[in-house]
Amino acid sequence: MNLYVLLKMVPDTVEELDVSADGKSLDAEFLRFKLNDPDEHALEQALLLKEKHGGKVTVVTLDAPEVDDVLFTALAKGADRAVKLPVDQAGLGTTAIAKVIAEFFASHAGEITADTLLLPGSQAIDDLEGEVAPLLAAALQLPYLGVVCQVTVTEGKATVTKEFAGGLRAEFEVTLPAVLGIQSAERPPRYVPVAKVRAAMKSAPIETVDSTPPDRPLQLEIERMYKPEAAGRAELFEGAPEEVADKLVDVLAKSGVI
Amino acid sequence: MADPILVLAEQLRGEVTDITFEMLGAGRTLAAAAGAPLHVALLGSEAAALASQLGVADKVWVVDNPQLDLAPAGTVAAALKALMDQTQAGIVLLGCTNVSLGIGSMLAALAGLPLVNFCRAARVEGGAVVCTSQLFGGKILSDVKLPDGRGVVSIYPGAFPAEAGRNDQTPPVEKVDLPVEAPKVTFKQYLEPEAGDVDITKQDVLVGVGRGIQTQDNVELAEELAQVLGGATCASRPVIDQGWLPLSRQVGKSGMSVKPRVYLALGISGAPEHWEGIQNSQCIIAVNTDPRAPIFDGAHYGVVGDVLELLPVLTEKVKARKG
Repeated sequence: MNLYVLLKMVPDTVEELDVSADGKSLDAEFLRFKLNDPDEHALEQALLLKEKHGGKVTVVTLDAPEVDDVLFTALAKGADRAVKLPVDQAGLGTTAIAKVIAEFFASHAGEITADTLLLPGSQAIDDLEGEVAPLLAAALQLPYLGVVCQVTVTEGKATVTKEFAGGLRAEFEVTLPAVLGIQSAERPPRYVPVAKVRAAMKSAPIETVDSTPPDRPLQLEIERMYKPEAAGRAELFEGAPEEVADKLVDVLAKSGVI
Repeated sequence: MADPILVLAEQLRGEVTDITFEMLGAGRTLAAAAGAPLHVALLGSEAAALASQLGVADKVWVVDNPQLDLAPAGTVAAALKALMDQTQAGIVLLGCTNVSLGIGSMLAALAGLPLVNFCRAARVEGGAVVCTSQLFGGKILSDVKLPDGRGVVSIYPGAFPAEAGRNDQTPPVEKVDLPVEAPKVTFKQYLEPEAGDVDITKQDVLVGVGRGIQTQDNVELAEELAQVLGGATCASRPVIDQGWLPLSRQVGKSGMSVKPRVYLALGISGAPEHWEGIQNSQCIIAVNTDPRAPIFDGAHYGVVGDVLELLPVLTEKVKARKG
């Protein structure tokens, strides 16, 4: 199979996020980036499909801080090819990002064959303008399904499980080539030792494919960005675990559960 | 009068879902402010039977075509685009839900319109619609303007009251035929939720664990607390994805919505996807090392601290209190 995984870096929300002086974007100075969670699952799903059906896994990303580490990690995990599109992702909305990726797939470097699956993460925490997966599918006129948690391929067709709500899922049949927005892989993303990542850095190159920076970074007009005001802030208990636990037991007793 | 505001009614297994009424309420307010009529698109073979529930709208467009039953996002988006052209709708509201995911982006691409995702609030300002969007797991809000007052808005579940979208009037219904292309994604079957050993939607006390629990072994600490409280453990997505608890224990967007008397959120940051599933709990107690975690904005009681230190102590104290 010809498997493409589209990787997107997002701000790590474990760190404090601050708004920059213009009030319209995140302050980049102390921002730390990580791979979007569902994208990590998309990579895992691609590796599982490759193990089952053979073929090649190509990871594709725009330029972003710390992205090289992510690409080398993907290679160390078993991806065959890492492609960086040299357009800075900062300040680009998903429409512009999808446009850059679509250009790659229109080129020889991103050939779409009859056994191709494009696997972006289902969504990202900064998808203000929509998700990459459906936008890309629209641009390439390929079938699309999102919130995918299982993929089985037989004879040019994929049987794909999509999550609804309340634990309800449904199975769909999708004709290849197609775009599947992956929510979670069939197995937890694999771990790769740092030594293997270092080895990939030495032996596997990151390929760069010429790309056109989009003329319109955003479709929307951002008026301002701000931190939410804590509307109903929790009553906080402080102190050593012993003291805090006593207060929590009082709350539990008051709620009538003990 | 301004161009119509069009709501895409969402349905699952023959029922109109809550998000539809939340969007109708939001749409009604926007329509009043903009001086626009409020329309609804209801698609699929069960559409005609469901239309009577949408009395808040000024008009319901029924597209009674079985090819639109559980149709893929691309097919629904193409039908909506045709309806927009026919009705001159300027703003389209749809659900930021798993059911509808992708339709908005596809429609925006087809119609050449901008889309605002994760919308929690919306207002009309000088003829333009300004939406408040919730980004980065709920840590940042962004006010965005739809240029030219046209666009697609994806409404976050639970952000607008559903009551505002319900009444007992019968709306004017008009049937419309739209060209529907044969979908390249076809529905095969539902996969029912796995029956777990415990039904977490029926528990009085839930001990919810998130990333902060760190390892599978530590889940046992939460299990011990749940046992002494006579409740059960459950988890946010990352813990389920790791396989530390079964799928039947997942709380949030794809998982269960729960409403226990007490929900303990341990090492859970409170991302919107999880919050969606716990917001109806009577009392939420959050424990997290990050004092700025969004969970503290919604919880009733909070502890900024290490859940792994607190858990064994709390379990012993509960035991002692129960005697």
